[in-house]
Amino acid sequence: MEIFGIPLQAFLGQLMLGLVNGAFYAMLSLGLAVIFGLLDIVNFAHGALYMVGAFAAWIMLDKFGINFWLALVLAPLIVGALGVVIERALLKRLYGLDPLYGLLLTFGLALILEGVFRDQYGVSGQSYPVPDLLSGATNLGFMILPNYRAFVVAASLLVCLGTWYLIERTRLGAYLRAGTENAPLVQAFGVNVPLLVMLTYGAGAGLAALAGVLAAPIIQVTPLMGSNLIIVVFAVVVIGGMGSILGSVITGLGLGVIEGLTRVFYPEASSVVVFVVMVIVLILRPTGLFGKEA
Amino acid sequence: MKLKTLVAALAIGLGSCAAVAQTNTGPVRIGFITDMASLYADIDGPAGAEMVKWAVQDFGGSVLGRPIEVLSADHQNKADVASSKAREWVDNQNLAVLIGGTSSGTNLAMAGVAKEKKRPFISIGAGSARLTNEDCTPYTIHYAYDTVALAKVAGSALVKSGAKKWYFLTADYAFGHSLEADASAVVKANGGTVVGAVRHPLNASDFSSFLLQAQGSKADILALANAGGDFTNSMKAAKEFGITKTMKVAGLLVFINDVHSLGLANTEGLQLADSWYWNQDDASRKFAARFFEKFKRMPSSLHAADYSAAMNYLQTVKEVGTTDAAKVMPALKARKYNDFYSKGTVRADGRMIHDMYLFQVKSQKESTKPWDYYKLVAKVPGDQAFTTVAESKCTLLKK
Repeated sequence: MEIFGIPLQAFLGQLMLGLVNGAFYAMLSLGLAVIFGLLDIVNFAHGALYMVGAFAAWIMLDKFGINFWLALVLAPLIVGALGVVIERALLKRLYGLDPLYGLLLTFGLALILEGVFRDQYGVSGQSYPVPDLLSGATNLGFMILPNYRAFVVAASLLVCLGTWYLIERTRLGAYLRAGTENAPLVQAFGVNVPLLVMLTYGAGAGLAALAGVLAAPIIQVTPLMGSNLIIVVFAVVVIGGMGSILGSVITGLGLGVIEGLTRVFYPEASSVVVFVVMVIVLILRPTGLFGKEA
Repeated sequence: MKLKTLVAALAIGLGSCAAVAQTNTGPVRIGFITDMASLYADIDGPAGAEMVKWAVQDFGGSVLGRPIEVLSADHQNKADVASSKAREWVDNQNLAVLIGGTSSGTNLAMAGVAKEKKRPFISIGAGSARLTNEDCTPYTIHYAYDTVALAKVAGSALVKSGAKKWYFLTADYAFGHSLEADASAVVKANGGTVVGAVRHPLNASDFSSFLLQAQGSKADILALANAGGDFTNSMKAAKEFGITKTMKVAGLLVFINDVHSLGLANTEGLQLADSWYWNQDDASRKFAARFFEKFKRMPSSLHAADYSAAMNYLQTVKEVGTTDAAKVMPALKARKYNDFYSKGTVRADGRMIHDMYLFQVKSQKESTKPWDYYKLVAKVPGDQAFTTVAESKCTLLKK
């Protein structure tokens, strides 16, 4: 059986791989969406924080022998703490100003972080081994799927769902959403809004780092890994609708699949297809697929 | 007033079209443009610029009584950035010679500028054999290696070792296209077949989709016609997806930095072509030790070639007594090159003909010290490694 001249097996295989990549897009755009939705900051440092997460995992393994599973917990905490410092020391001063200032600041931060790691480790990067427990591959019939990639999809879906639940279904999430609507009022009710905002940025940074650790065994850990990805992730957020959490998750997975299929039918276009989709969506729905009308 | 501005603009436009006459006063400026920060920055990059400076320093810092200056710039793998920088240096800085680092697209663009402005252009890190074949110019010298040599040295060795059905994973730009075409020719000449190819964007983030297509091709060998970060990531993914178990995976352009960052466990047994290896003789080891002292890693063949090319250029200028390209170019082509990097000559098409080497990556057991990665399999004489006069489409070669 064939679909558009491609054997069914190959087609299913490519769908699966698209989902794996989509999982990364979803996780990264989720962090961006949370930060933008709640803080109104376009966090250009997101790709760099993802890279720092991956490097944190590699350094832990190389220098301290800390394994993947511990790194999966520790690296997001460390980078989350870095996020808190960034928010307290720098971003805090920009609230109430034009969002452009936040964008410039985070872009500068990204360049600095990348430059520091490039200076230390060069661009060729470092190899991070796949954890033993997940090494090997499973034959799904239509393709051989490395166990680790299956784990990535599962882990990312879990994280995305958890984040969505936290923000949309819990009391803490309600405070957060209320705090961004009308900070003085929420503060009057005795809620510490600056603390919430700080933790949100920290959590967003932690999410980026988590994606970084998950990516480390798959791709070479290099200072450039973030900047290669960040533009696509921004496109995902724009397509999903700025600030929409569910939107960014679904769009992330969907675009991963579209990109994967493009790699089969017209590989040369695989790096631009996301932006083509973005243009079409913006023409038809300027607020994005899941965005609320302004 | 408006008219004046318009005329001025026109004058500038016209001025930049004409070749700028070279003056024989002021500093002798050597321009070096390469990828300073992206995927090819480790195999050349800032350390490559430093090698040119070392050559200047070792030469004594001045030639013909004029001080020597090194200008360097990052082309970000963009042809337009490379050519506009080169143009600016020639027009405003009286550039004497242009040295091109990595990436074929940028080097082809720079070769065009050098031809128009009549300046010697020495291309080091770029692979595409087009530089001295269909796009050859009287001002280009292709110094280190090219895609034909990679194909003839590494490609033919692979076919002879039993890989008959080939599938290519190709970087979608000038270099990848040249390498795929040149390797295909070698494969066919040796009795093999090419069953397919897939092209990926430069600096791609994920290779698994492409690899899955390769896996479906039932070829004997997956040839990676890419380089730098693209090579390391595709190699890593090939291992992860178990492709290395069903077919041979071989990189057609592999630098020692790639082997280092992938580790011997991932590269053991890989055969590769290169123009130089740090551990090949005493003079090379001496250069490598000096490099290691500064950069805490071993030099790639490009670093050695950067130094060698700059040094040979300066010696030539000293011998002919001018930086005038009309006199320097013939001298560069008549010169006998003989240093730690290589022994060779430059042909009329600009191709530097020197020995190429086929190396095999050692196993972890065989590797006795850091950066001890290669063992020599074969030394291929230059006239067999590069495009022959009969094969060449360059009109500068008298047939």
